[in-house]
Parts: sequence; C-alpha cells; structure tokens
Amino acid sequence: MAKITYIEHNGKLHTVDVSNGLTVMEGAVQNDIPGIDADCGGSMACATCHVYVKDDWFNKLPSKNEGEDDMIDQAFEPNKNSRLSCQIQVSDNLDGLKVYLPEKQI
Amino acid sequence: MINTDVLIIGAGPTGLFAAHQINLIGLKCEIVDNLDKIGGQCIELYPDKPIYDIPAVPECTGEELTKNLIKQLKPFDIKFHLNERVDEVKKVNEKWEVKTNKGTMFTTPNIIIAGGVGSFEPRKFSPKECEKFENKSVFYSIKDKSIFNGKKVSIFGGGDSALDWAIELSNTSSVNLIHRRDEFRAAQASVDKVKELANEGKIKLLTKYQLKNANGSEKLESIDIMHDDKNIINLKSDFVLGFFGLIMQLGPIANWGLNLNKKTIEVDTEKFETNQKGIYAIGDICNYPGKLKLILSGFHEGALAARACFKLARPNEKYRFEFTTTSSNLKSRLGIKE
Repeated sequence: MAKITYIEHNGKLHTVDVSNGLTVMEGAVQNDIPGIDADCGGSMACATCHVYVKDDWFNKLPSKNEGEDDMIDQAFEPNKNSRLSCQIQVSDNLDGLKVYLPEKQI
Repeated sequence: MINTDVLIIGAGPTGLFAAHQINLIGLKCEIVDNLDKIGGQCIELYPDKPIYDIPAVPECTGEELTKNLIKQLKPFDIKFHLNERVDEVKKVNEKWEVKTNKGTMFTTPNIIIAGGVGSFEPRKFSPKECEKFENKSVFYSIKDKSIFNGKKVSIFGGGDSALDWAIELSNTSSVNLIHRRDEFRAAQASVDKVKELANEGKIKLLTKYQLKNANGSEKLESIDIMHDDKNIINLKSDFVLGFFGLIMQLGPIANWGLNLNKKTIEVDTEKFETNQKGIYAIGDICNYPGKLKLILSGFHEGALAARACFKLARPNEKYRFEFTTTSSNLKSRLGIKE
C-alpha cells in the first residue's frame, strides 16, 4: 500500500491509498480523480493517462518500459518528466509519490 | 439523399462484422469512417501486432484480421464513405437523417455506432497561436507537397510520418526536423537516412526541443522552440508540420442526445440500442454491466444489433432465424451455388 498524491493542473490535491499491484492510473480511476482518462484501459495504446513526476521521484521509479516513450511522444505537452501512469506499478516503495496531471489529456 | 436500411459509423472490426450480419439477413447498409482506410484501431494503432484472442484464430495481426473481415464481406455490395465524419443526426418523420462533414446525406431507420473510442484526429500543437495559421502555414497532414518547394519547413515529430516527410522534402525545401527527445520511433532505415542527411547538412536536426510559439501577423514568419534546459531559439519558417500521431475524440457523437457515461454510450444488452430508438452502439464505444472491450464482444453485439435493425427496416416482415449451414436463402445471399 502506498499513499499517492495526484495534483490537478489547477493545483487541487487528491491523496489516496493505493493497493500494491495496482497501477498509478488505476489508483486515480478507482478514486474518481479527474484528469486521467486512460482511454485504452492500461494497455499502453494511448497517451491519456499522462502524468509528470518531478526529478526526485522520477529517478526512484522503475524505469520506462519499451514503447512507453513512443506513446509519450503522442501525449499533450510531454516533457522529460513525463510518464504514463498505467505503466507505474504501485508498491510500498512508492509511499508518498506525487504525480502532477497535465492541463488536459487529449 | 442516400436511402439505406442501416448506416454504420465506424469501419473497424466491429462495424465490418455488423455489416456482414446485416447483409446476411437481407438488409442493405453503408459505412462511414473518418479514416482514409478500412480497419479502425486494428489498422491505425496495431497493424503489425499479433492478436491472440479471436475465437478459432490462434494468432493474427490487426492487418490480417481486417483483410479477412473485408474478404468475408465480398459477397455483398457495401458502399464505404471513407475520410468522412458524421456530424449531424436528427429525427425526421420516424427516420434518422444523417449528414457528414463532406455534406453526404443519408436517411435511414437504423444507425449503428461502431466508433471505437471516437474518431481519430491529429494531435495538434498546444501553443494557441498555431490555430490562426492552421491549414495556411501549419499542417497536420500533407495534400500537396509542391507548396513547400523552395520554402523553409519546420517538421515536428519522431515517428515515420515526420521522418519520411523530412527526407522527402529535403530534396526541394530547407528542412528543420525537431523532436522532443534523442530517440525516434520511426523505422531504423529512416532514422539512419535522416542522420545521414543531417551530417550532409541537408536537414537541420534539433532534438530535445518543442514548439513554444509561432510568430507572424498575417503570414507565419518564424517559430520559437524551447530546449529541455529552457533555452529558446528562433527559426525562420514558412511552414510548420506536426506529426504527433492521432488521438481519439468522441467528437460530434456527444451532441446526438445519447446517454453517455464518460466517453462510452449506454446500451441495453438485448438489442444494443441506446436511449434513442433506432440508434445502436456496439464495440468499444458501448457500455453495459459486464462490458468487455474485446473484439469478440463487438462481433456478438453487432449480430444482435443487426437483428434489431430488421424490425425497423422491414416492419411488415417477420425475421426468421436461419443457419448458414442449412439455409438456401442465406447461401444464395452469400453467392454459394448448390
């Protein structure tokens, strides 16, 4: 279990407990947190669960999967801190993770 | 005005098999799709990726599946309207009147929406200024490449479209290729070619840059691009091309008075009818308790929606269930001589 904070583009915070084994995307969807669309349901076939992770956490996360950066190319305003939240699996190590949501997904 | 028994929106696997079922039971249909080719997500998103969960097909790619579905439609005469998006749907005298963005009009008792996650639209540049130059100096697809002759063209993106056009236009124009990172997702041969042309000075390659601003009053004059380290440089540009892939948007479907749940349409599980009589939704775009976004579910949903269409298209006839193995009726529709 990890406490994860989702920060909307307007600054609104949502801190929720997410079970191990779920993804950061699923944590948002199950808790009705706005700003993550996840159109493809987590199969890395769209770029609508795009989040930004600041350097401190970015470097601690398991590294990107093959193909993740290719999908991020197609996201709205990607940058070097971009991740797809469906590819970040939750574990105890992620307790305290903060992810920042983009202005929009599509 | 085109008169048809059923109008299908979406030429993906679900729409194609629904067309098969509709024709098999003796109805006529026409299909509209916003893409320029048949196949929907199968062709646009994963033509080469193998699929392992189509019943009785242990393994096939999106492209193979599409080819086989088209082959299965061969006995029937089905008109496709590609590159067209349905914009308006309204009820006129117990029938639906449908209009596309190209002005094609249909009148039909039945509409089947097999629209996947909506229509594919190009991902656009985010700076607001780009809008006023769109289709004048800022493009997301190329129709006439001769307009770029002798001009300064800045191309954004790291996929096949961006690299292929950079290579092609480098013969006749002064090309900047700009991408947000060092790696490219295009075919290796294209990446090698671009690097070779960059070394020869025929393409200016700028990586870790993204578009920040487009400048010019009437005409585009230059663009500002920003590096990951926040440094901004200005590039003289007559044209800007963006190839960031396609995104799926629900689009005009949201305005047709249907019950929506996020980006999906609520249906019953008997006819896959929406809250509007004669409008059905099948495949990824429909939603009901237990819905699975699998191609096989879309096939089932289409088969049932097709039977429901029969009632409205042939109100004075009774639909009779038949098997293709035994019915001479169905066999003759399939063009099989006994």
